[in-house]
Amino acid sequence: MEYGYYPGCTLKTHAKDFEKAAIEAYKKIGIELKELDKWYCCGTVYSLAKDNIIYKVASIRNLIKAQQQGFDKLVALCSMCYNTLRQAQEFMKEEENRVRINSFMDEEAKYEGIEVLHGLELLKEKFDEIKSNVEKPLGKKYAAYYGCTLLRPKSIAIDAYEKPNIMEKLIEALGGIAIEWPLKNECCGSYNIITNREAVVERTYHIIENARRNGAEAIVTSCPLCYFNLKDCQKDVKKHYAGFDEMPIYYFTELMCMAFGSKIDKCEDNKGELA
Amino acid sequence: MSNVIHIEEEENELLAKVEEISGETVTLCEQCGICTTSCPMAEEMDFTPAGIMHAVKLGDKNVLDSKAIWICASCFTCTVRCPRGIDLAKVTEALRQIHLRKNKDHVNLEEVKEEEQEENLPPIALVSALRKFTG
Repeated sequence: MEYGYYPGCTLKTHAKDFEKAAIEAYKKIGIELKELDKWYCCGTVYSLAKDNIIYKVASIRNLIKAQQQGFDKLVALCSMCYNTLRQAQEFMKEEENRVRINSFMDEEAKYEGIEVLHGLELLKEKFDEIKSNVEKPLGKKYAAYYGCTLLRPKSIAIDAYEKPNIMEKLIEALGGIAIEWPLKNECCGSYNIITNREAVVERTYHIIENARRNGAEAIVTSCPLCYFNLKDCQKDVKKHYAGFDEMPIYYFTELMCMAFGSKIDKCEDNKGELA
Repeated sequence: MSNVIHIEEEENELLAKVEEISGETVTLCEQCGICTTSCPMAEEMDFTPAGIMHAVKLGDKNVLDSKAIWICASCFTCTVRCPRGIDLAKVTEALRQIHLRKNKDHVNLEEVKEEEQEENLPPIALVSALRKFTG
C-alpha cells in the first residue's frame, strides 16, 4: 500500500537515519512511503493563539500539496510534524475555517480534506507482517517513550493518550521486551533546549533513570527532538550526576531494521549513522 | 483592611486580553491544582500553572514578568487533565503573545546560531523555539 509521505526538515538533516530505516523497514512489510514532490516546513509547533491564523497556513499548504498529488492519507514520521499537520487537519474540519483559509490562499487549490497519520499508526494492521520479517529478535528490554506530540491534545492522539501501547506492541513483535513505566508520555522539555538547557538536562536524567529503574536497557522514540534531548544531553547529565551510565536511544524504525536483519542495521552501536 | 483584594471585572485588562487571545474562559478555573501536579516543568517555575491561572483571574500583571510562561513547553498535559476543560497551554501562549506582539523577543537569534553550530541541534529545536519565543 502506498501513502503520501511528509519528511519535514529534521528527517532530511539531523535524523536521516530515522527516515532511511523507515523506508527500508516499511517496504518489507508492504508499505510504500512516497515522498511528496513538493513540501514546506510544517511550522514545527501549532499556533495556539485563537487569532493567529497565518501560522497555520504553512501546514495547510502541505496538506493541499499532498491532496494535489492524489493522496487521501499523508504520513509523517517526525512527531512534531505529525502534531502540527494533524492539528491543521482538525482546524480545517470546521467549515468556517475552511472557507476563510481557502479564500485567503486563493493561489492554491482548494483544501478538500486529507487524513494525516503518524508512521506508528500504520503498524497497527501490520503485526503479522512485522513478526514474519523478524530475523534477529531484539531480546533486550526497551522503554517506549511517546513524549507529548503523538498523544496530546486528545483530538490528535494516535493511541490512548494516558496509556498508549502501540510502541510496546511493536517492541514485542520484534522480539524485544517492552517494560512498563510511568514517564512514557511525559515531556522531555522540548524547545527549552534552546533557552533553558539546564531544565532539559534535569528532565533527561529524570526520564532515563526512571526507565532504568523499571528495567529498561534502551529507550525508543519517534520524535527527533526527544531523541536529541535524551541522547545528547546525557553528556551534561554525566557532569551533574557522578556514576550516571549512558542509555542508548533509538528511533522505532531503527529497531525494526535491526530485527529485520536489514543491511542498514549499523544503528545497533547507536552512533546514529546508517550505511 | 489593606490586604483585601478588590476584583472588578471591567478593570481586569489582563483577563480580558488573555481570554481574547486564547479563546479560553479562565474564570472557569477552580484551583484544583491538577495542572500543577501534572506539569513536568513546574519545578522550574516561579508561578505554578494553577498560580498562573489564579493570577490571570485576579488581573495580577506580575505573571507577565514570570519565568514560568517561557518555561511551559506546551506539552498539553495540563490541558488533557483539567477537569474544567480549560486549555491551559493556550493561556500561557496568550501570556507569551502579549510580550511578543510588542516586539519583545525572548530569544536572541544570534546567540542561538552559535550554539547550533557547536551542537548539531535538530532544526525542529531551533524552529520551534523561534516560533514560540519571537514575534
